[in-house]
Amino acid sequence: MALLLFLIVMAIILIAAAIFSIVQKDLLFAVLGTGVISLILSIFFYILQAPDVAITEAAIGIALTTIIFIITIRNTTRDENKYNDDHINKFKTKKDV
Amino acid sequence: MFKKLIVFILIGVIGYMLTVTFSNIPLGENRIGSLDNPETVSAFYLNKSPQDLKVANTITAIVVNFRGFDTLGEVTVLFLAATGLASILYRKEDEEEEENIKHFAHRLNLPSSSLVRTGAKILFPLLLLLGIYVFIHGHLTPGGGFQGGAIIATGFLLMLISYKGFQTNHKVMVWLESLAGLGFVGIGLYGLIAYGSFLQNTGWTGNLNDLISGGLIPLIYIFIGIKVATELTNVLDILLNIKPRKK
Amino acid sequence: MTEFQILFEQHKDLITIAVYGTSIALIVIGLYAVLMKKHLIKIVIGLSIMDAGIHLLFVAIGYISGGTAPIFSRGNENAGARMVDPVPQALVLTAIVIGFAITALALSLIIRLYKHHHTANIDQLNSLKW
Repeated sequence: MALLLFLIVMAIILIAAAIFSIVQKDLLFAVLGTGVISLILSIFFYILQAPDVAITEAAIGIALTTIIFIITIRNTTRDENKYNDDHINKFKTKKDV
Repeated sequence: MFKKLIVFILIGVIGYMLTVTFSNIPLGENRIGSLDNPETVSAFYLNKSPQDLKVANTITAIVVNFRGFDTLGEVTVLFLAATGLASILYRKEDEEEEENIKHFAHRLNLPSSSLVRTGAKILFPLLLLLGIYVFIHGHLTPGGGFQGGAIIATGFLLMLISYKGFQTNHKVMVWLESLAGLGFVGIGLYGLIAYGSFLQNTGWTGNLNDLISGGLIPLIYIFIGIKVATELTNVLDILLNIKPRKK
Repeated sequence: MTEFQILFEQHKDLITIAVYGTSIALIVIGLYAVLMKKHLIKIVIGLSIMDAGIHLLFVAIGYISGGTAPIFSRGNENAGARMVDPVPQALVLTAIVIGFAITALALSLIIRLYKHHHTANIDQLNSLKW
């Protein structure tokens, strides 16, 4: 019975994390939400008797995908509503001038 | 507003169609059929993997042997993605960027905390060992070349983000990657010459659950593991070495 | 019989809704983000959420009640009749690795676009040439 409750709670957290990473305006937290999705997904794969897939999801989904998203955010913007840094926008690129 | 309406209608239709489709596919039903005279491809694999190939992990048998050509294509796609990423992000350093580097010099040389550095130094060899264990035992336990390669790349990632001066040896990486790819194709060509079809396994397979069993399957998975590890490390290395922009 | 298999026989409907419902919800949420969001990184996040839902759906289709993971042990070479379907798992294994490659390529394109146009909004990226 505890396992059933665990499964239901996991499913709810999974959907909640997905909605959180879509709604959240701070992109860094949104990316951490996708990390949570991958973590719970690998637990689901383990319960559904797929240990190979669970290991792959744990190694690639949690660690590597999250870090490349974070590197991209470091090189672009962190706020979803601010599409650029304003003072950089003052300088046009060389091609535009 | 009109766009939002269309999107919601589309999402509703797709969600409804998926729900209707999967309400007709009960979870947990046995769709494989009997193994003695296999009618589905799954039954064929489950029958053939332990008895003819002597590979304990059926998924390894499918990925490396039955669908080996597919895996060769997958490794090629990964290689092309790494190459494409490198060529997209390559940029000649112009004056603006040099100014940026000067502006960020104090941040680039800032070391991470000694706790992180010591932890990374201890964990790095253990992660390498775990990755190598996972892809050497790919035909016996869960795991294999892709998982082991990803774990090794995680170890390199830990070193790359905790030591600013840490750099992978590019020459060694390129040689390892090329040799692993050549080894994979070479095994395929050996099968073509000796047995008449590409990636054909040898007749000798050993005993089930031995470390050296399954013919050429462990060897191919070791090559895949080395190739995936070097490619993913290269991807992370390129991404982490982008010059920071002016804030 | 493990604890989960006993539980699965008892509460089949609830677990079916939990697994299928979660994966369909993930696909729909990801599709919404891909179609509606303006920020490029949010679109790629949506794609990866859709990916996750499809992977869960595939593995769930291959699950067989009372089945074990498709790994044999010594002296048990005929245990295949009690195992889950290995083919969807092998396909998902491939799909996860390819998904990572696609995400990395997409994000590198975003970094490059941002360096040229100084914007990550798809509505502002309206010039045909770089």
